[in-house]
Amino acid sequence: MARVVVDVMLKSEILDPQGEAVLGALPRLGVNNVKSVRIGKRVEIEFDDAETAAAVEEQSQIIADRLLANPVIENFTVSVPGEDAA
Amino acid sequence: MSARIGIVTFPGSLDDRDAARAVRLGGAEPVALWHDDAMLKSVDAVFLPGGFSYGDALRCGAIASFSEVMGLVRDAAGRGLPVLGVCNGFQVLCESHLLPGALVRNAHLRYRNRPARLRVETTATAWTNAYAPGTEVVFPAKHGEGRYVADEATLDRLEANGQIVFRYLDNPNGAMRDIAGVANEAGNVVGLMPHPEHAVEALTGPSTDGLGVIASILAHLREGAAR
Repeated sequence: MARVVVDVMLKSEILDPQGEAVLGALPRLGVNNVKSVRIGKRVEIEFDDAETAAAVEEQSQIIADRLLANPVIENFTVSVPGEDAA
Repeated sequence: MSARIGIVTFPGSLDDRDAARAVRLGGAEPVALWHDDAMLKSVDAVFLPGGFSYGDALRCGAIASFSEVMGLVRDAAGRGLPVLGVCNGFQVLCESHLLPGALVRNAHLRYRNRPARLRVETTATAWTNAYAPGTEVVFPAKHGEGRYVADEATLDRLEANGQIVFRYLDNPNGAMRDIAGVANEAGNVVGLMPHPEHAVEALTGPSTDGLGVIASILAHLREGAAR
């Protein structure tokens, strides 16, 4: 099974108010040693079984670059988890 | 013949009817366009209204930018067709790369719903030419993802080119450099977060300043016809 994981994160220079809100809640858990929290998205994609690894890699890049991430504000990484991890 | 202004309805659009009403009150003819229309019905301009197209899935405006009608709007805008995007429409224009920058969560994370005071920063666009330079207007703002962001080089370029169209006088969302609306380089494509179409009647709006946007596009189209 061709499974691909795309992680999308706001660029470091873009304020992440959700992460800030989570950071602000941590002291209420008794956690006071956290410097920063950033929140992103994880997208799991499954291709048809017949697809070649090269096609999966190429199309995943297109999907991530053109739709899943907005390059103005976000970075992404594409990874293919090992079969055992899946 | 009055100008035909196409108003696109995406699944989840909310302000399409108010946009049509504003267009009519301003003296133009609203033309309904559907998100999977494969033609623009000979409209003279396009208005992308507010709302939550495709439920704001992924990012606001991201899915709408791949709709059938947006392919046509993108091509036509490149040839000079005037396009206005308000709120979600502005987000769609940024996601479609017709306008620079992006709109992200309000810095304070709260939905903001109140009239916004704005200054018209340039009248050299298809949608603001009827205002006097520096005019202050009041349009309702209602959004959770309205904070305009772009990298510093892009912001500097927008300032230098006069592409910042509206600026907040009381920044409601943390937008960089108080930017409420921007234009493309040619000035035919404009996007803004606050809603001129909700400011066209004393009964329902905080002002009637929004009529200036319709007056502007009509003047722009008349000028084009006279050329």
